[in-house]
Amino acid sequence: MRRPRRPLFLARAPYRRRRLRDAARLLPVFGVFLLLLPLLWTPDSRMSLSSGDVIYFFSVWLVLIGLAAAFAPGLRGGDGADEEED
Amino acid sequence: MAQHVLLIEDEPNIAEAIRFLLTRDGLRVSHAAEGAAALALLHRDPPDMVILDHMLPGMSGLEILSAIRADPASRDLPVMMLTARGRDREMAERAGADRFMTKPFANAEIVAEVRSMLGRG
Amino acid sequence: MPFNLLVLACFLYVAFLFTVAFVVEGRAAKGRLGWLRSPVVYTLSLSIYCTAWTFYGAVGYAARSGLEFLTIYFGPTLVFVGWWWLLRKLVRIGRQHHVTSIADLISSRYGKSNTLGVIVTVIAVVAATPYIALQLQSVVLSFGVFASAAPDGSRPLDPGQIAVWVAVGLAFFTILFGTRNLDAREQHHGIVTAIAVEAVVKLVALLAVGSFVVWGIAGGLADVIARIDAADLAAWQVQPGRWTGIIFLSAAAVICLPRMFQVMVVENEDEGHLARASWAFPLYLLGMSLFIVPIAVVGLERMPVGANPDMFVLTLPLAEGQGALAMLAFLGGFSSATSMVIVESIALATMISNHVMIPLWLRLRPAAAAADDLRSVVLMARRLAITAVLALGYGYYQLSGGSAALASIGLIAFLGVAQVLPVMLGGIFWRGATRTGAILGLITGLAVWAFASFLPSFGPGAVLPESVFTQGLFGQAWLRPHSLFGTEAMDPIIHALFWSMTLNGLAFCLGSLFTFPGPVERLQGAAFVNVFEGAVGPQRWARGRAEPEALLGMAQRILGEEAALSLFQVAARAQGKEGFLPDPTPAFLDSLEARLSGSVGAATAHAMISQLVGRATVTVEDLMAVASESAQILEYSARLEAREAELTRTAGALREANEKLTQLSLQKDAFLSQISHELRTPMTSIRAFSEILTEGDLLPELVIRYGRIIHDEAKRLTRLLDDLLDLSVLENGAVQLTLGLASLQGMIDTALTAARATRPEREFQVVRDLPSETIYIKTDADRLTQVFINLISNARKYCDAARPELRIAVRHKAGRVTVDFIDNGRGIPKGAQALIFEKFSRLTDANRAGGAGLGLAICREIMANLGGSVAYLPGQGGAAFRVTVPLRLETLAA
Repeated sequence: MRRPRRPLFLARAPYRRRRLRDAARLLPVFGVFLLLLPLLWTPDSRMSLSSGDVIYFFSVWLVLIGLAAAFAPGLRGGDGADEEED
Repeated sequence: MAQHVLLIEDEPNIAEAIRFLLTRDGLRVSHAAEGAAALALLHRDPPDMVILDHMLPGMSGLEILSAIRADPASRDLPVMMLTARGRDREMAERAGADRFMTKPFANAEIVAEVRSMLGRG
Repeated sequence: MPFNLLVLACFLYVAFLFTVAFVVEGRAAKGRLGWLRSPVVYTLSLSIYCTAWTFYGAVGYAARSGLEFLTIYFGPTLVFVGWWWLLRKLVRIGRQHHVTSIADLISSRYGKSNTLGVIVTVIAVVAATPYIALQLQSVVLSFGVFASAAPDGSRPLDPGQIAVWVAVGLAFFTILFGTRNLDAREQHHGIVTAIAVEAVVKLVALLAVGSFVVWGIAGGLADVIARIDAADLAAWQVQPGRWTGIIFLSAAAVICLPRMFQVMVVENEDEGHLARASWAFPLYLLGMSLFIVPIAVVGLERMPVGANPDMFVLTLPLAEGQGALAMLAFLGGFSSATSMVIVESIALATMISNHVMIPLWLRLRPAAAAADDLRSVVLMARRLAITAVLALGYGYYQLSGGSAALASIGLIAFLGVAQVLPVMLGGIFWRGATRTGAILGLITGLAVWAFASFLPSFGPGAVLPESVFTQGLFGQAWLRPHSLFGTEAMDPIIHALFWSMTLNGLAFCLGSLFTFPGPVERLQGAAFVNVFEGAVGPQRWARGRAEPEALLGMAQRILGEEAALSLFQVAARAQGKEGFLPDPTPAFLDSLEARLSGSVGAATAHAMISQLVGRATVTVEDLMAVASESAQILEYSARLEAREAELTRTAGALREANEKLTQLSLQKDAFLSQISHELRTPMTSIRAFSEILTEGDLLPELVIRYGRIIHDEAKRLTRLLDDLLDLSVLENGAVQLTLGLASLQGMIDTALTAARATRPEREFQVVRDLPSETIYIKTDADRLTQVFINLISNARKYCDAARPELRIAVRHKAGRVTVDFIDNGRGIPKGAQALIFEKFSRLTDANRAGGAGLGLAICREIMANLGGSVAYLPGQGGAAFRVTVPLRLETLAA
């Protein structure tokens, strides 16, 4: 069965919305990277607790929350019906 | 004193022909090639009648005619329009021209028309 | 603090929760929920992720393993900030398919298979039981802390007794509010709101204790940081494997835990709430863990060696004499434990009743399907299931004796439910996943988890004999629970995670690849994977021979009389019928099934309707018939569409042609009128002067002068006629081109010389770049030169600069040659640029040297005939024209 044709290019507003979705998809990937990063720089593959680590992790956490909060309003009500797999 | 005719025509050769014909008939002819100069001349040296070409660069003949008609001093001035295109005639009529002459014209014809407009019998 | 006061506070708190739940249920019944269905309540209800394990255990975890406790929160954080990937789809599927539990989701996706429902239910119950025991244990422990802190040291209540009372109380609360009604969608507003209240209490309690520790005991943030750095670092080490593994595990758990699925998907009111929760829930988690490290560090410093770090949240305030704060912390912990148990037992009870008890009931008493009031049966099954779940939890608590550290059993439970993850992800993203694959994967995962993680957690010799740990199952060394296939020296949890997920995923994928899905499976697979595509797909029911009365009877027994009657009435009216009995069309059967599955689960609803419809369900042939039918419809409508598009195109073309004709007619009139004028003007002079001459009697010099005028005007007339003819020939394309190689430089030279005839009196500077002009062009040299002459003459004629200058620039690129003629005059006003190539479009300029305004029109036509173009180049400082010609003009076929 034929799939409904989709427009190849989009107006400005839908374009922005799609890029926002891309960003929302990338966010957890970015998060995984940041949360696993300390494993790489810790010597002899062990990590000990220091206030620096605590502050690092909580900062990353806050950044992720902030970004998710920034994306959320633009993503809400995104009825994926016509815009999936863009 | 000789009666004064203002000729507004952009084609120098036609202007020269008309000037020759009317001067020979005892009239004084002044000539302008386009609108602004013609209107200036009209004020400076008020003529007894105007011969006005229809197709002029810049201001068109019809525009000059309505300018003449808008001025109280020249409202009743007799104006003859020269046209080269048939359907220009009714437009000129509406704009308030008194006579028309279609190019090309016979020399005797134009001289006779001017005479009658100036009431020289 | 008097122990009785604690019990009283506990009772008051529980009574408060009852009141909240009761009031909200009342409002829900009246349909006045208002802010109670806000995203805030949704987010707070998600906080049942934070159980007593988190509330008390996180501090202990931090005291034992340092920052590793954060991994438990990082997993959910990643899942929620990445909600666009998975959670959004999960919630949409849940809403669209009236999913009642995670077991229902899996069973519904894989062809409404009850076998899968049972397997997932078993996994969930086995994994949840120790977890519920853990909650009971934490409540008992916290009571114990207060009891031992009592001045007389007496223990008025035995821990076992406390556990019993708590379990009974929770069962009572859950049954009261969890099984009030059998909704179309399994939602419990009263409970959700009570949970939200408890979430606030948890957070406030933990933040209060944390603030007290940081600013009350320690000397503020800086001091706490110093204490963290001064604490014993060597004891706090994180292994990268555990770090990564537990983040993954907690991410999987937050999706698969039955209670999380219940609040996240089943209780979801509005998909928009998820957007808010995507950041608000991680923020809540951050709040819950903000003070964990300070509490742990200060607790280790202050409390006597050997004190249970799991209880620091309580013991620290108590030791500092802060009775009220300790009470608040106790209520926080109590909230964590109770909210988890309530939701978990509802979720499990729904699964057990829908996937085990009801199918069993229907199988044992087939007659009952037609006779009994199934509503009461289902509700009774739920109540029994809730009791059973809590009894299991209590039994486990008694059995294990409440000894193990809280965190380790939590991770084991996480790993248990995570076994559902591959099948779930596969189900909603991969249409090729099959029921057989899912069964294989789940059973493999369950077996590996049980053998490598769950059973060993009871300790050597408890369930698995000692010999299995040392020598392996059946004496096979590669079957030792903590080193499967010889993988030694792995952390037990990571070891179990690795092997269970690997083997589970492998079995699932291979099983799916090598089996063929049944028709219902394929339908459901498509509906789940393409949930955002909108179309639900072809109907699941072929027209059966079900009696509408029988269907109504069944629906009444599940939905209740009134709801069923109104459902049938609406359906009948939609079919244009009066009364309550619609035709059993496939569409109606579909909607009825969806409605029923919201109450008893997809598999049961499907089974019950099949029983009445007679023919089990669609076959592959039906499917193919439906598919080809809809393909035909699509094909037909596509053809209609194409025809319509063609009609529109034809109409458009006609309209365009008409417009063009009208315009052409107007143009023709204007053209004729222009020609008339252009012809009459020289004629006028010729006629007037020839008459003057014939009259004789003139000065000889005037005769000469007038004769010359006549001559000039006659020439002008001829030129005009020539131009008109030329234009007509060019426009009709009837021009004969003489193609040959010619030097561009030569052509420009010729043109410059010829154009000198125009206004020869003017001094005219020409700037050329001779090397660039050494190009040989295959074209009609005479015609091209004619264009050059015209352009150069125009420049000579109209350039109004004091020192007129013409620049000729030649460029050669990609088989095309451009020649620019740029003068330094005023140029052509913007408005006129579009007009200059039109016939007779002479600009109003005093310097028109007898041209009829056809020059540029002719140039345009010539260039079109030469396969090139001439255009006005704006913005060059003066008038600028660009001539473009192909380097090699091939002979035109025309």
